[in-house]
Amino acid sequence: MNPLDRYEPLVDDVDAFRAACDRPLPSVVRTNGIAATPARVREAFDDEGVAYEPVDWRDGLFRLPDGNPGGNWPYVHGWTHGQEEVSVLPTLALDPRPGERVWDACAAPGSKTTQIADAMDDEGTVVANDNNLGRLSALRHNAERLGITNAIVTNQDARNFSTKSLAFDEFDRALVDAPCSCEGTCRKNPDVLDEWTLDHVRAVAGIQKGVLARAVQATRPGGVVVYSTCTFAPEENEAVLDHVLANEDCELVEFDLPLDTDPGVTEWDGEAYDESVTRAKRIYPHRNDTGGFFCAKLRVGGNKNTGVGA
Amino acid sequence: MTDGAPTNDGQQFDRLPETPADREVEGRASREEVLDWWDERFGIERVVFEEYSFWEKGAGKIWIFNGEATDPSEVEAVGMTFLRTRQEHWKPTGRAVSRFGSRATKNVIELDPEQASRFAAGEDQELPEWDGDWGYLIATHEVAGESVPIGVGLYLYDELRSVVPKGSRADLPVVE
Repeated sequence: MNPLDRYEPLVDDVDAFRAACDRPLPSVVRTNGIAATPARVREAFDDEGVAYEPVDWRDGLFRLPDGNPGGNWPYVHGWTHGQEEVSVLPTLALDPRPGERVWDACAAPGSKTTQIADAMDDEGTVVANDNNLGRLSALRHNAERLGITNAIVTNQDARNFSTKSLAFDEFDRALVDAPCSCEGTCRKNPDVLDEWTLDHVRAVAGIQKGVLARAVQATRPGGVVVYSTCTFAPEENEAVLDHVLANEDCELVEFDLPLDTDPGVTEWDGEAYDESVTRAKRIYPHRNDTGGFFCAKLRVGGNKNTGVGA
Repeated sequence: MTDGAPTNDGQQFDRLPETPADREVEGRASREEVLDWWDERFGIERVVFEEYSFWEKGAGKIWIFNGEATDPSEVEAVGMTFLRTRQEHWKPTGRAVSRFGSRATKNVIELDPEQASRFAAGEDQELPEWDGDWGYLIATHEVAGESVPIGVGLYLYDELRSVVPKGSRADLPVVE
């Protein structure tokens, strides 16, 4: 069975959805503002004869129709980083600011960590954690290549993350870009559809709940937690939010993304979820010709006067 | 641990002492010495690094960090690798040169487009026209009208050796 079949009841235009999922995605790079401006990247691409097309919804994103995002000087100088369009969204929702304390709970290989550091102007502290030591080397390589100096890299199980080795015990913001069943990446890697199982969905949903709960606990009252996945599975998306809303002091908030999105779903497979999950955003491939994605923004409870712009 | 002098533990991060007089671990560079070295070798002024802290993990590997840390002994990395000490000639990392090298005013060697591509690919090349110091240099080239650091070169006997690590070498077009 193709797992995409199960999401047909959720989408408005099944044919467009399935057709988009069958099309490959172009290579996309993001400008690393720590090292260069979008204008300088364009100038270097022009000089070097690299074909590119600016992504209209976000300055500094470029589609490279000829592929090979790493085979040019801007990449070597750390001015660009290969990153799919939808993968840019969680950091936009997180909206980290210079000087803050930010936790990236599932950070490897570091596309979002490095984007967070860039948004912080490399000032403040971003704690990039991953439980997989092997994947941390890719994270460290990317962080160094992009010239990031404000990151601490840790290797813990995010579900019981300890702040003992840090200079503080609460974060202003946390990103949970959770390990997931990844059907949303099928345009890059069709194998994910062949390897998909419902058992895996159930197993990974348990981990997602644990990590998101810990992120809420580790974030100060009024702080922001962003939850994102690259799956369409409500078991891994709305159900995880529903669980954390019921068990931790937090709420889902409205937020804007610069793409066409659909609201989170409140019913799936006989389960009903908290009504506020409609504030989460589903990104379907046929809406903006991107990969598939899910993104939600939470505000941590407690003293509401100390918010950070949620 | 005996009651002898503290030694460098290669598995954990320790902050550099401010000055040589503050040094407790034998052979560890001090912050002052690190700042002096960048200033003397490359003319990068001390003020550039004012906000950063410096840490040692591994034998002589110095890391530069711009965040908050008290005792990050258990973590995998703080900031970025910056400088290799505990050897006769200190060696800047390619990453440090990429990030801070545009502030350098000396021991910078400007490469032409073909030389730059060969350098990025890890090739050594004869460059007898260089009449500056021997030792570690910052290799740069021009991109879109400005000089940009590529990495660290070692200049000896009329030859510029590329010390770009294998994992960072790239086969790049010659851009005239």
